[in-house]
Amino acid sequence: MPARLTMTMKTSDNRPAAPASSRQTTPNKVARREAIIGWLFVLPALVMYAVFVLLPLLMSIQYSFFRWNGIGPMTWVGLDNYSRVLADSDLLGTIFNSLRLVVFFSFIPVSLGLVVASIMHRTATGRFGAVARTVLFLPQVIPLVAAGIIWGWLLALPGLINEVLRAIGLSDVTRAWLGDFDWALPAVGFIGVWVLLGFCTVLLWTGMTKLDPALFESARIDGASWFTEFTRIIVPLLRNEIGVCLTVTVIAALAAFDIVYVSTAGGPGNSTAVPGIQIYVLAFTEQRIGPASALAVILTALVLIIIIPFQRLNREATQ
Amino acid sequence: MKRLISFALSILALLALFAMMAQSPKAVAQDAVDCGTEPITLRGYFETGFDLPFRLAEEFTNQYPNVTWDISQDQFTNLINATPRLLSGDNPPDLIRLPTMVSFATQGLLKNLDDYAAAFGWNDWPVPQLNQNRVAEDGTRGSGSLYAMGLNYSLTGIFYNRELAAQIGMTEAPARLAEFEELLAAAKEAGLLPIMQWGSARSGMGLAFPLQALMASVGSVDPINDWIFQKPGATIDTPENLVAAQHLADWINNGYFPEDINAIEYTDANARFGQGEGVFIFNGDWQNAGYDTDMPGNVGFFLMPPAEEGGSPAGMSAPLTFGIAANAVNADCAAFFLNWVASNETARQIGVDVGGSNPGGPSGLPMPAVAEGSITNETLAAGFVVGEAGTSMDFIANATSAIFAQGWTPELQKMVGGRQDAAGLLQAVQAEYERQLSE
Repeated sequence: MPARLTMTMKTSDNRPAAPASSRQTTPNKVARREAIIGWLFVLPALVMYAVFVLLPLLMSIQYSFFRWNGIGPMTWVGLDNYSRVLADSDLLGTIFNSLRLVVFFSFIPVSLGLVVASIMHRTATGRFGAVARTVLFLPQVIPLVAAGIIWGWLLALPGLINEVLRAIGLSDVTRAWLGDFDWALPAVGFIGVWVLLGFCTVLLWTGMTKLDPALFESARIDGASWFTEFTRIIVPLLRNEIGVCLTVTVIAALAAFDIVYVSTAGGPGNSTAVPGIQIYVLAFTEQRIGPASALAVILTALVLIIIIPFQRLNREATQ
Repeated sequence: MKRLISFALSILALLALFAMMAQSPKAVAQDAVDCGTEPITLRGYFETGFDLPFRLAEEFTNQYPNVTWDISQDQFTNLINATPRLLSGDNPPDLIRLPTMVSFATQGLLKNLDDYAAAFGWNDWPVPQLNQNRVAEDGTRGSGSLYAMGLNYSLTGIFYNRELAAQIGMTEAPARLAEFEELLAAAKEAGLLPIMQWGSARSGMGLAFPLQALMASVGSVDPINDWIFQKPGATIDTPENLVAAQHLADWINNGYFPEDINAIEYTDANARFGQGEGVFIFNGDWQNAGYDTDMPGNVGFFLMPPAEEGGSPAGMSAPLTFGIAANAVNADCAAFFLNWVASNETARQIGVDVGGSNPGGPSGLPMPAVAEGSITNETLAAGFVVGEAGTSMDFIANATSAIFAQGWTPELQKMVGGRQDAAGLLQAVQAEYERQLSE
């Protein structure tokens, strides 16, 4: 499958060169014109990207070297903001919290998504499969803020989840999930699982439908179980899709803001505080743009450090 | 795609803004400070969930039809974050609800109201709360130039459910802290929740109310106000406050608060209290209308009693603070509105009916009539007690713009979770206070 892909790409690369030489026009000119047209198509998106992504990124890096309240004059402080952030155990704790969130936002949805998608792929092919996929994907359509508020109600002490627990005789484990020091972070993580499971399942299921059915047929003729199919065919051949899922969900975990802000706002204590929340508080509540930017730059670096090896592995796997 | 849509929306919003700017006429220099007769649009930025400013704005337009309003609104926590950018923006609001004010005053973002105070005679008003809106040149609050006015002057204390209170044998308001604590113990004994309170990080930790009430009960209000006003050398970590914090820790350990307090939002706490959960709740008179609706005739109010014989009951009291942006286009009209709110009979009536608090204003003006049976009768009466005794305080949550979010809320939540003790609480908040002031 990967080999076939590269083949088609090569032929399409060769295509423009052939008619150009046959029509006697300077190949250089044509190539340049096509390049310009290409850039023109990309230009609007590029401008947007530059103005709304690159420029703010560079400005954040700039601000991180200054002491500034967002309004008055800026004072150069060098690396002072970085040393403050790195020396502040509360701020470092938020990074640790977001690493714990990776388990819930990334590892659980991806592994669970693989299992669910493969079961769907094997058993639920008809209308039932479509309905199941839609239901699983629905959380992606609901605004995260609304989801956070609804989960806040469900997880409250008088909420539905505790009522169900009480009804089945588990009164001892009921608690205010989002207000409990030990359980608030897993509870927020659980909301993340709910949001991201559908995304992973649908992406992985789409990957599975592209796999050659002959592979599964021959495996089944040889008497392969679901588990053998899963470990020998699905996981190795879906490495690309798994890579994409991991990348998206790990970023969602490390850069989490909306779900956490709406459900717990970082509490109780600082037990669910993540860098996104602290950046917001530092910048807007405390008017300390410098340390806020420094923490944002550190967060960006952390995301890149974790994501780039994933991408590398992914690319090597493809080649 | 999302980014594109939001970009398109912001462009639309910008266009709408320009259109509005084109419509609103520039203030004309006038001798009298008023709204003139030309059509004028006041830009307001109010707090979501509090009807009073909206109702006052409506009535103002009734009386001065040339004035129309362009009002935006936001939650309190968002207001804290948005205010500096709004005030420093190109099109700042004429009238804005100020969550805190010192930094905005010292940064030159707020209009100095001294001239208006002289023109309208505000300095002669008896309400001592005017001082809370004064900022000195060194950034301390309580004296200096006037930078904001109150739409009214709120009061906090203890609301109680009359039926449940009768059940535990409470016949009159407790006169001593010890008596109040006996009632709490009796409520617990009777299987009732003694105190309903909110405490989520999103709403802000409501235990700051009982804690500060205990501080004023055990000690005096002056050092607390000094700390809030950022007087040099002020500390919250005093022996009296330690005793107060210890009382609160005992209340928590005795199970006087709901076990899920760290997850309870402000609105949920009041709804649950209205449904009969909790004998007492520490809150302010801005909630009067809600309590009158939820539990008509069944709610009472008293001030936190002093710990010692001969002490006076104290309460947190603060103006519902509104300021004028330094670059506001219609500053005169906004100042005229602030004066009208406190002196116009209809406006004062709205202030009491809707806001539930003392409307302030010049001495000699009669207090507007209050509906019989409304809890507002009791809170207004309590306001006079605090005013006579001089035992009103601002809120410890307002000492700096971030002390509530970064100090009180997480540390009190830890106390509930058994991860912080009374001494540690005060030390941690004091350290955070000093760190923020040193920035």
